[in-house]
Amino acid sequence: MCLGVPGLVIEVEDLVATVDFWGVRKRISLDLVDEPVRAGDYVLNHVGFAIRRIPPEDARATLELYEQLLKDNAGNESEDLMAADVRSEMHAANGADR
Amino acid sequence: MNLEFRDPVRARELADTLTRIVAEIGRSPVSVMHVCGSHEQAIARFGLRASLPRGLNVIMGPGCPVCITDMPEIDEGVALALQGVRIATYGDMLRVPGTAGSLADARAAGATIDIVYSVSQAVELARQTDQEVVFFATGFETTAVATAAVILKGLPPNLSVLSAHKYIPPVMEIVAEMPQTRVEGFLAAGHAATITGWGIFEPFVARHHLPVVVAGFEPLDILAALVRLAEMLRDREASVSNMFPRCVTREGNRNAQAQLWRVFRPIGGRWRGIAHVPNGNLRLRDEFAGVDARRRFTIDLASLWNRAPSSLVRQCICGNIMAGIASPSDCPLFGRECVPDSPVGACMVSSEGTCRIWHQYGGIPDLRPEESTSCVRCVTDGTATKKGSSP
Repeated sequence: MCLGVPGLVIEVEDLVATVDFWGVRKRISLDLVDEPVRAGDYVLNHVGFAIRRIPPEDARATLELYEQLLKDNAGNESEDLMAADVRSEMHAANGADR
Repeated sequence: MNLEFRDPVRARELADTLTRIVAEIGRSPVSVMHVCGSHEQAIARFGLRASLPRGLNVIMGPGCPVCITDMPEIDEGVALALQGVRIATYGDMLRVPGTAGSLADARAAGATIDIVYSVSQAVELARQTDQEVVFFATGFETTAVATAAVILKGLPPNLSVLSAHKYIPPVMEIVAEMPQTRVEGFLAAGHAATITGWGIFEPFVARHHLPVVVAGFEPLDILAALVRLAEMLRDREASVSNMFPRCVTREGNRNAQAQLWRVFRPIGGRWRGIAHVPNGNLRLRDEFAGVDARRRFTIDLASLWNRAPSSLVRQCICGNIMAGIASPSDCPLFGRECVPDSPVGACMVSSEGTCRIWHQYGGIPDLRPEESTSCVRCVTDGTATKKGSSP
């Protein structure tokens, strides 16, 4: 419950960002970040909230690691705790089409 | 389960460096503590303990927010649920045992419990119903800031908050002073520090003369942070070192902090297994009494407390495990009466609980060679996690 997952900001509207996580677009609250966030930035997200803007190169490395974790556990959600926690962070954000 | 390090060569270098520095400290064992379930997941998932030198113990402390939620707090949620209030909470809370049952037991008895992944989903849920909904809020400061933000935006009239949020810095003081733990340094959780900033640990270091290293969550982040912590122990340097600068600054996220402290005040209270922690619990300020479930409802705990906990629950050593003075393998119930499908204690329930993590990945796989050389190879090719996975 204190894992954070990085995502790429696609669009910002007021204090809500559309964020891409491995091709899945979600809506993330920007109420908590302490600097301006723009399309193209990466943000660290926890329970549906961006908590920090992070450098792209670091975000990509973390995303690769988690992507591998999710792939290794595809269709096997109950098996791996870390993969399940990453998925929980994605479930925490609402779908972009809502 | 054969996830590899992104950079096995770097991992091996770090493990070798760690072995050398721990040997230079010149006494054994050296015990350090981390306070984060996500750290324990990475340590166990990637079999890091197999690559640690024998003279270094890395202990998980009270880093699982669900686990340290005390029984009377669970009881409050269970009592409200049994009183007919709809409860929305994070999934890990469902099966955490209270004095006489869990939220899952309340659900089986007819109560309505909704699992949410975000406090925002509790708001949506309340908007779709006329029923009274209580968001049973758990988690450390990383999660509490989200609750604060949502409260400041205004809740639907039928939604209130039962806060069991906890604040990590004060419990480090308690654990540092427990004579049984003999912890000589701490790894601080990178994402909590993203909010609080690393400067928050400076008064702690000044009081206790123990080094603190802020660590990220990837295996290499953790190894690098352990190397830094070992260096500080060898050099008798008590300070704060930030090994997660891509997310953590000295000041932290001031916007989030402002919202946190506008909504919550720290009060002393019990943490399961740790006893009383001054300023360790986050409660709603008087200004937000209108959305405080403890004020909106009369919570009838007496009816629950007439029932005694089961004898199995009384054998659970979850408290000692969270205090860092026992390991899951010390518990007679671990892997026998207590398994993820029918957990006895909170540590087997949560994905961040030490017992649950050790049950899945193995805790201390016995792969270390007799000589204290590192064994990153067996870590990186995945055999460590495989061999360690059956407790």
